[in-house]
Amino acid sequence: MLSQNDQPNATLEPSCRHCCIKIQDLTVCLSGHTILDGINLHVHCGEVVAIVGPNGAGKSTLLRAILGEVPYQGTMSSLMGGVERRRPRIGYVPQKLHFEIDSPVSVADLVVAAVSQRPVWWGISTKSFEKVKRILSVFAADDLITRRIGELSGGELQRVLLAIAMTAKPELLLLDEPGSGVDAKGLGLFYQLVRDLRKQHDISVILVTHDLSGISEYVDRLVLLNHAIVAEGNPKDVLSNEKLIQIFGPGLWNISSLPTISNERSL
Amino acid sequence: MIETWYKLVDVLLPFDWGHYIFMKNALLAIVIITPIYAVLGTMVVSNRMAFFTDVLGHSALAGIGIGVLCGIHDPTWPMILMAVFLAILVNIFKGLTRTSTDTVLGVFLAFMVALGITILSRQGGFVKYTKYLIGDILAVTPAEINWLAVIFFFVLVYWCIAGNALILTSVNSSLARSRRIKVFLLETTFTILLAVIVMLSIRLVGVLIINSLLVLPAAASRNFARDTRAYTFWAVVFSLVSGITGLIASYYWGTASGATIVLFSAGCYVISVLAGRLTTKLVNTNV
Repeated sequence: MLSQNDQPNATLEPSCRHCCIKIQDLTVCLSGHTILDGINLHVHCGEVVAIVGPNGAGKSTLLRAILGEVPYQGTMSSLMGGVERRRPRIGYVPQKLHFEIDSPVSVADLVVAAVSQRPVWWGISTKSFEKVKRILSVFAADDLITRRIGELSGGELQRVLLAIAMTAKPELLLLDEPGSGVDAKGLGLFYQLVRDLRKQHDISVILVTHDLSGISEYVDRLVLLNHAIVAEGNPKDVLSNEKLIQIFGPGLWNISSLPTISNERSL
Repeated sequence: MIETWYKLVDVLLPFDWGHYIFMKNALLAIVIITPIYAVLGTMVVSNRMAFFTDVLGHSALAGIGIGVLCGIHDPTWPMILMAVFLAILVNIFKGLTRTSTDTVLGVFLAFMVALGITILSRQGGFVKYTKYLIGDILAVTPAEINWLAVIFFFVLVYWCIAGNALILTSVNSSLARSRRIKVFLLETTFTILLAVIVMLSIRLVGVLIINSLLVLPAAASRNFARDTRAYTFWAVVFSLVSGITGLIASYYWGTASGATIVLFSAGCYVISVLAGRLTTKLVNTNV
């Protein structure tokens, strides 16, 4: 299971045979550099896949390609109940928001701005307010509704963003560096919510991170990315794989110390 | 239409200044345009575009200069074209160079001002154009007021359609894209709208202070607003109040209206800082 080439078909069939997200031969070249090279990734519904890799490995490019923000070669499709669609419906939880600490945007404003056409600046009706409260309550965030977004902790903001992402009824939930700026307790709660969601709604989850600490108990599969997929499999296998430890050292938890791509070819 | 307004002022505001047609015109212009400044200003401040709008305002000089070179008598269209061109150019440059936006904007500011002054100062003629630096809202014509009214409704409709999308895009453009918002189209229309409004205001309030009218009401409102509705509402209130009191004060003091209005806006800002401190204190003691 170390190298993708050893068992190329290991993960190609969806477990339930009805739904999965398929990324095939995804290649991204930006200004003459190949950032991502032939990525094949199948994420089954209800599966949480973590994409890990050092800085500059192409993780955020992969994310932006999935979001459709950078041009790519290859295909991306979703298979739902045997029906294949070209682009999966995506719920995106960004790593951070850009706002000043005194930003006069309340949590309710942010949610309504994302899910509704009714202009927020005109005010939020009692009905919308109650609806937002219901949406947030699923994510243990309903008591944040009148707070300004600048007043939230990292974990609180993340739960609000997850709530917004879920209103898109996504087939694929995309989490960008969920660990950054969030304390361990908040992160545990967040991953627990994600685990519950993927079971209830049969969504595929891809999370992208360079921080491995504490994620192995929440993810089903770990994909090691360094411009191409270096290794993938069960988190415990990938993390305890002797060859990997040999090459990357026992400090694999600190994934940012991964060698460059030229070393991996000697795998 | 305008006659009704004149009669209304005569009945409701039987003051010294209310007898003059130019004051009635100016008052109507201010009632229409200051809410536009306030509403657009909220997004300018949230998106940290204050320097950009300043550059837009100053590019009017280059627009007027090019208009003069082409022998166009009314500089409004050259100014608008120049500003729209600049808005698009800045967006392209942001993508091309790795320099910070601040530096790129600084370069554009210097170039636009220098180009304008060079053309307009041929044969020592710049004095003719100083009116564009400080503006003169008292010279506003009923025809111009009609245009302002059209813009007012246009902005209102735009804000109803795009307001939510602008908020989402300002916090995270990828998030906005994932919600099927056309970010490039949105940002371009917003900057073009800004460019048009800033240019239409140059003759009224001048190159030097147009930016303050956009930025100050929103900046003041931010000091205590806790949600988007309050932010917009108080920005409009500050903008209207300082606009009207500034105009009347400038009549009695015999000063330039635009600058006087900005002084009152700045006063609102100072008060809002104090009010903001007070509310924070009250909230903290209640908790």
